[in-house]
Amino acid sequence: MAKHAALSEKFIADEPRTDWHDETLWFVRQKRDKAAHGLPGWEQLRELASQIKNHTLSNLEKYLRQFEQQAKANGITVHWAADGDEHNKIIHDIIRKHNIEKIVKSKSMLTEECHLNEYLLHQGIEVVDTDLGERIVQFRKEPPSHIVLPAIHLKKQDVSETFHKYLQTEKGNNDPQYLTEAARQHLRDKFIQSELAITGVNFAVAETGGFVVCTNEGNADMGAHTAAVHIACMGFEKIIPKAEHLAVFLRLLARSATGQAITTYSSHFLKARRGQEMHIVIVDNGRSKQLGRKDFRNSLKCIRCAACFNTCPVYRRSGGHSYHTAVAGPLGSIINPNMDMKANADLPFASTLCGSCSNVCPVKIDIHEQLWKWRQVVVAEGYVDASKKTGMRGMAYILAKPGMYRFAGKMGRWVMRTFPFMINNKLNAWYKQREMPEVPKQSFRDWYLKNRGK
Amino acid sequence: MNAREKILNAIAANQPEAVPLPVIDKDTVISYNDVGMQFNTMLESIGGKAVCIQDLQVLKESVNADKATGKFIVNTIEALGEVDEYVSSLSAAQLEKLEKAYIKGTVGVAENGAVWIYESQMLNRLVPFICQHLVLVIDKKDIVPTMHHAYAKIDTAQEGFGVFIAGPSKTADIEQSLVIGAHGARSATVYIIE
Ligand code: SF4
Repeated sequence: MAKHAALSEKFIADEPRTDWHDETLWFVRQKRDKAAHGLPGWEQLRELASQIKNHTLSNLEKYLRQFEQQAKANGITVHWAADGDEHNKIIHDIIRKHNIEKIVKSKSMLTEECHLNEYLLHQGIEVVDTDLGERIVQFRKEPPSHIVLPAIHLKKQDVSETFHKYLQTEKGNNDPQYLTEAARQHLRDKFIQSELAITGVNFAVAETGGFVVCTNEGNADMGAHTAAVHIACMGFEKIIPKAEHLAVFLRLLARSATGQAITTYSSHFLKARRGQEMHIVIVDNGRSKQLGRKDFRNSLKCIRCAACFNTCPVYRRSGGHSYHTAVAGPLGSIINPNMDMKANADLPFASTLCGSCSNVCPVKIDIHEQLWKWRQVVVAEGYVDASKKTGMRGMAYILAKPGMYRFAGKMGRWVMRTFPFMINNKLNAWYKQREMPEVPKQSFRDWYLKNRGK
Repeated sequence: MNAREKILNAIAANQPEAVPLPVIDKDTVISYNDVGMQFNTMLESIGGKAVCIQDLQVLKESVNADKATGKFIVNTIEALGEVDEYVSSLSAAQLEKLEKAYIKGTVGVAENGAVWIYESQMLNRLVPFICQHLVLVIDKKDIVPTMHHAYAKIDTAQEGFGVFIAGPSKTADIEQSLVIGAHGARSATVYIIE
């Protein structure tokens, strides 16, 4: 499989588009800042959310049992799936039992993670994604490149071409209003005919057995309230103890994601409507293993807001597809090595460790520290390719010896000044796309000793 | 061992040592001098419309005028005239042409412009989503400062379904350009009875 660096290279080949991608996501990050800073008590709210999630993780078994019991009492059928394959089979069985042909699905990163659409397509069953961004990438046979903004890698010209091909919109009409209207009409038909609606779950409440789904478009509701069968799919970490905790998470989620104070719709499902059948599939797929990894279990606190994506200098300039997994960005880089360390050994390195992700995370996950720790793990397990490993070994050796470090620094500064081409050459992968900074005459340590150290 | 046992056992074995649940102190969160004003400002900022009224007369007239156009209008509020009970059993195909719906809300939230509606207030779960234009009605005294206060006033286990709606349906999935009217209502007006 092509790795992050190679895939990024493909993405950045189109420089204006890379710049546009970078700026657009930065714009979303700024909207988040405005919303966060505009709300007094933001930091206390993050702390509260973090503590609620810590508590939940430490009582997860109890809360999951409670949730199941309540949901069953509400007439919902609860299923458990150990992995993606089991999840897909459970859904397939329900489809077969009811002889269902028309299926709509609103955004669920879990179903992406489990590759549900591909699985069902293999059985000759088509699922229509109804989130606008997801529908666009589905037409194009691409995966989403962002967990909140699935088509953020595309320009309106791309969408226009795609809709011209599949929805017969006017050629060359790139107006987002016009294109959205075309999708609205097309998907209304799909909703009206739907027999099964699949949705994700943003929060599942142990106390009530109910669950909450958040959208701006209204697509989850249009499907769920039309279809005779509703299946909601959730990773088990979606659980929270009580309904009052929803206040904390709904206040944080949209502000962190897009800078909105709340999404347009926050739908609270408790029971099926009359004549409807409702199912919940609770999925593990590596999560219980992650729970056992002391250094990484915090990743299960995630509420999938994507703030860490929008702020990440690497994500913004390499695009979601360069992460070659369903969930990209800094979050993807700390959860994917757990699922498949060999295939995803490159991801913890797709970061500058600047820490911006941890700073914006609404539930205070130590994302950049986990990235750093994953690097140690994948190296120790032998999953790092030779060039990176040699560099890292050499670095570890030098960092461990202060005298050596100082000497190497001096040598480095001298070499860079005297023979710049030794650094600035094609053999040095790091130098590609980068200009070397002017070399300081002194190290910080020398400067400090001279000026302050007396 | 089935998947359920396997998962729950693995979780029990791997979950960290118990830490306490924090207490939410509603009194320390944001407060507004005028929650009504804050609600209006928020709602307008997200593409909704806020209209303050003294009594129900204008609304009654509005329902009557809408119905007189011959378009498909649904009223679910008793105080505004005849309630269109029959919509509770309509299918999506039958509701597809729904032009406008009048629905009473339970709580308005000043910090974000959202309104809570119970299933019983909408009569049919699809109504507030499938209509082209949504009209919500709340009492000014039911506007609370934040979501914390809102959850204290509602009971999410009381009915099968309930929703916070904040403004009209929207998307920015095409180049981050905001478009109002994705799949749900193209407009959302909230009447606030003083
Ligand atoms: S890790 Fe934090 S910032 Fe990133 S998506 Fe999850 S909750 Fe949001």
